[in-house]
Amino acid sequence: MNSPTPNIAPAPRPGPPLWLLLELTYRCPLHCVFCYNPTDFARTGPELDTEDWLRVLREARALGAVQLGLSGGEPLARDDLEEIVAEAHRLGFYINLITSGVGLNETRIQALKAAGLDHIQLSFQDSSKQMNDFLSSTRTFELKSKVAALIKKYDYPMVLNVVLHRMNIDHVQEILEMADRMGAEYVELANTQYYGWAWHNREQLLPSREQVERAEQVTRRFRERAGRPMQIYFVVPDYFERRPKPCMKGLGSIFLTIAPDGLALPCHAARMLPGLEFPNVRTSSIESIWFDSESFNHFRGDAWMKEPCRSCPEKTRDFGGCRCQAYLFTGDAANADPVCDLSPHHHLVTEAVDRANRPQAEPKPRVEEKPLVFRTPDNSTALFP
Amino acid sequence: MTDTPISVQARPAIERGFRLQWEAAQNAHVLLYPEGMIKLNGSAGEIMKRCNGEASIADITADLERSFDTTGLSNDVMAFVSMAVAKKWLRIPA
Repeated sequence: MNSPTPNIAPAPRPGPPLWLLLELTYRCPLHCVFCYNPTDFARTGPELDTEDWLRVLREARALGAVQLGLSGGEPLARDDLEEIVAEAHRLGFYINLITSGVGLNETRIQALKAAGLDHIQLSFQDSSKQMNDFLSSTRTFELKSKVAALIKKYDYPMVLNVVLHRMNIDHVQEILEMADRMGAEYVELANTQYYGWAWHNREQLLPSREQVERAEQVTRRFRERAGRPMQIYFVVPDYFERRPKPCMKGLGSIFLTIAPDGLALPCHAARMLPGLEFPNVRTSSIESIWFDSESFNHFRGDAWMKEPCRSCPEKTRDFGGCRCQAYLFTGDAANADPVCDLSPHHHLVTEAVDRANRPQAEPKPRVEEKPLVFRTPDNSTALFP
Repeated sequence: MTDTPISVQARPAIERGFRLQWEAAQNAHVLLYPEGMIKLNGSAGEIMKRCNGEASIADITADLERSFDTTGLSNDVMAFVSMAVAKKWLRIPA
């Protein structure tokens, strides 16, 4: 590197990894087209066993980790989930289960409650049986509705998550009515984040600006309705913004993800970033991973930044945006997130939005050109033979 | 929303789905809730840890004044409890 610019700070010693996300498995009964899991998941190594996960929990908690997400894949696919929850609870974690609900019957929810599970976030793919089942390539709508009732019965706050995209964003009114009927306390309308399978299927999933604005309007009106309280979060797709999101509050600042094969990542999509050797919990302690590993230190501070981020006064607020998005669009993870309109690559985002804004008189030829690819082990193997 | 004033006889409790705990790594009480965390300052932590659904706001104030050997905390305690109820960190059981 040349002479350092005066306003480039050395990477600070980070605080503890307050947020720990365990992706317990890539196995999943659903095959959602908008999943952020890596498209090559079928070729990742074997899953960690119970003892490894318990050790990860103990080591991370000792460093100060306190919020725990259990995700996947479908975490209920692991039959040691109850054991993992019990140990996490004993250690003092606040435990969030992020689930499709498939596999959650009364026996298991009772055991999870007894083990100390704090919170369940249940995903729906749509308000209608047809669309939910189509988007996840399964027949699960009725099962999920039963699970929603179980969540109520076991006195959990009902938190519904629906990932929005071109094919379901016009159903926001119906989705909110469904959530209301189910007695949801919180609804997260999360526009798709385009990584993994969602990136692969992006041209079919990205909504038009008009669709997004209409959905926001419907959400606003629904918030103002009288009746029982229900908190609604509407997460705007960042492709429609002019400044990037402060992704993970900067890589390596508070988030730590452990992938099913034990790979430690500063965000759940970071596996894709080239040139970084991420450590594995099979061979490294959480402490050495978090504080000493090169890949976790790489994107701390701002010495890694390029222009226009490097000299930008907003770099302390958004940290240059998302490294994975920068890499996906520009081929270089150190570039500015092209969502930012100061990025020389911003046109790549606006062009994608322009394509989505075009009226789709003949949707069929498009679909034939590039079919939606469902997230299945077979498709994963086909993409990465 | 119209705020009905909270009585000093009210017995605030931590809201359902929330958990208060001491975190040595952060040297603070934190309030944990679904996918989130609030780090409390010293006085907020001292008030919150007394909100067990049994002690009234008057009891909590008296206990704090005794513990810290001071007087005149009632306005501060009431202001914090009102804010925490509005933010749904605390609830007032009927």
